[in-house]
Amino acid sequence: MKGKVKMAQRSTLDTQPPLIAVHTTPPPPRTARLPVDLEGIAMIWLREMSRLWRQRTRLYGAIVRALVWLFALGFGLRRSFVPIAGLSYAQFVFPGVIAMTIIFSALQSAISIIWDREFGFLKEVLVAPTPRSTLVLGKCLGGATSSTAQAAIMLVFAPLAGVTLTPLHVLAALGAMFITALALSALGIVIALRMTDFENFGTIQNFITQPLYLFSGAIFPTRGVPGWLSALLFLNPLTYGVNAIRGALLGYNVSEVPRDIVALLGVTIVFLGIALMLARGEA
Amino acid sequence: MSVVVEELTRTFGAIEAVKGISFAVEKGEVFGFLGPNGAGKSTTIKMLCTLLKPTSGRALVNGYDVVQMPTDVRRSIGIVFQDPTLDDYLSAEQNLRYHCMLYHTPPATRPTRIDSLLRLVGLEDRRKDLVKTFSGGMKRRLEVARGLLHEPQTLFLDEPTVGLDPQTRRSVWEYVMRLRQSTGLTIFMTTHYLEEAEYCDRIAIMDHGRVVALDTPDALKRQVGRESVHLVVAPEDVARAALVIGEDRRVTHGEGGELQVECAEGASGQALAAQLLRQLTLSDIAVQAVSVHAPSLDDVFMRLTGRAIRDETAGAKERLEARLRGRGRLRRRS
Ligand SMILES: Nc1ncnc2c1ncn2[C@@H]1O[C@H](COP(=O)(O)OP(=O)(O)OP(=O)(O)O)[C@@H](O)[C@H]1O
Ligand SMILES: [Mg+2]
Repeated sequence: MKGKVKMAQRSTLDTQPPLIAVHTTPPPPRTARLPVDLEGIAMIWLREMSRLWRQRTRLYGAIVRALVWLFALGFGLRRSFVPIAGLSYAQFVFPGVIAMTIIFSALQSAISIIWDREFGFLKEVLVAPTPRSTLVLGKCLGGATSSTAQAAIMLVFAPLAGVTLTPLHVLAALGAMFITALALSALGIVIALRMTDFENFGTIQNFITQPLYLFSGAIFPTRGVPGWLSALLFLNPLTYGVNAIRGALLGYNVSEVPRDIVALLGVTIVFLGIALMLARGEA
Repeated sequence: MSVVVEELTRTFGAIEAVKGISFAVEKGEVFGFLGPNGAGKSTTIKMLCTLLKPTSGRALVNGYDVVQMPTDVRRSIGIVFQDPTLDDYLSAEQNLRYHCMLYHTPPATRPTRIDSLLRLVGLEDRRKDLVKTFSGGMKRRLEVARGLLHEPQTLFLDEPTVGLDPQTRRSVWEYVMRLRQSTGLTIFMTTHYLEEAEYCDRIAIMDHGRVVALDTPDALKRQVGRESVHLVVAPEDVARAALVIGEDRRVTHGEGGELQVECAEGASGQALAAQLLRQLTLSDIAVQAVSVHAPSLDDVFMRLTGRAIRDETAGAKERLEARLRGRGRLRRRS
């Protein structure tokens, strides 16, 4: 019935003049071809933002998860730990919980590439007159922005952990969170481009997200750990992220923050390079 | 020439999906690729729109080489893929706006362009709705609109109507034909619905990676036989009717009062029917029923490949459903 109505409407359209013009002008020759397409990147980024807004209920899950960790560790283990550099355990672990929010959301956002591949939207991007770097850079910036935004919400709970924030702390923390999120998004994109099906999704949580989080210094000080663990910490990009966020929020171990920044940016560049190579093979 | 293909080949490991095909598509033409599942239609389209590299051979689209100048090819074409490529969680309008950004259309013209295309496909009142609330036909129409946003010179449609109900299929075609009429757009499409192939100016019949025939639908059908007229008269009139029709025509008798009269080579069955009706009425023979039979593309396909295309393409809808189901467990498709 509905279809009939539609058809009737359409046939009245036939009496109208042509509605659109096709290639009235030849496509303009593009003299300067940048290796990066800023508008394309902006499009991928915007789409990531609208996805964040759309899935804002998922935010509650992230907040609850972070609060559970904060309370379980910060207060549950309070008596088992001696103060670290004058910080209570709750204060110490608070930046770690923020880092957890970042790694979960950055990987989740990057993994959406697999959805896009499966539900077709990826093809729309792959067949557009834009280099493959658009996809990789857009996703990385979008994922980093959206996970930083999610983690920033956690700053509201700072008083619960006994962390006092000044605007300067917040600003420094946002910067540290963003470069951490960039590195993890780049890593996530490499994983997503390598992964051909969703059955591995749980595997990622078990074999990547959780170990990266647990062996990062998020929940324990990195000084004086056994050699094997210190090797793991050294290799884990999140270690540098946690240290940078902790430095920004608590002034803890600040002397190593420049190293953290270099390491995180380096990791970002390396993974973006790998992602770009993988994206070129995507068809 | 909008598309020029020379000895184009594509292999996937041991599978030769496209085996050295050559053809050319004129500007403004509606060109159809017809063939059963696995014939290599989608593979050819993907090579033409630069998503797949040819194993060998050459293809020019709108004058640009698909291997050497992929970006120029991409800017000059619009594509509706066999599988949907919309973002279900965006509104119709957002999908279109993002497309404009990817194709760098002039920002000032975007709102009016989006408006007119939404109107063209009859979705202007659904512009703010999420695409996931759309029916299959509405999604398809939105994809056609999106493919036209950046004013392409050639529009590729890979099975634009698969899985749609007949009514929606017809309306998608109405749009396509109107577009062709009002613009100089070249349309390159694949289908395995024979009745849709009739809309094309020319058809390439593809089978097992080869183009086995290429001509206008009428010329192809003429290859396999002539049109004929089927008449029904009272059984006692049959002999007299055959006499009236004349001995120089090939007449066969069916059951009861049925008569089948074959047309001359290239002649129209409808004209013959009118003529026969007149003759028989003048001779006082009452014609109870008349119909014109034309050879179908089905017959053409059968003659060229020894198989009926319908057997192999039956259940296009089931295939679509299977594909959608398959999405639970995901494979990389290219
Ligand atoms: N990525 C791929 N890897 C391996 N084989 C492939 C790939 N893509 C296509 N093929 C094979 O190439 C052949 C042609 O496939 P193609 O998709 O071009 O057929 P089609 O004519 O579009 O069929 P349909 O009507 O089912 O869409 C098939 O045998 C198919 O299995
Ligand atoms: Mg196909």
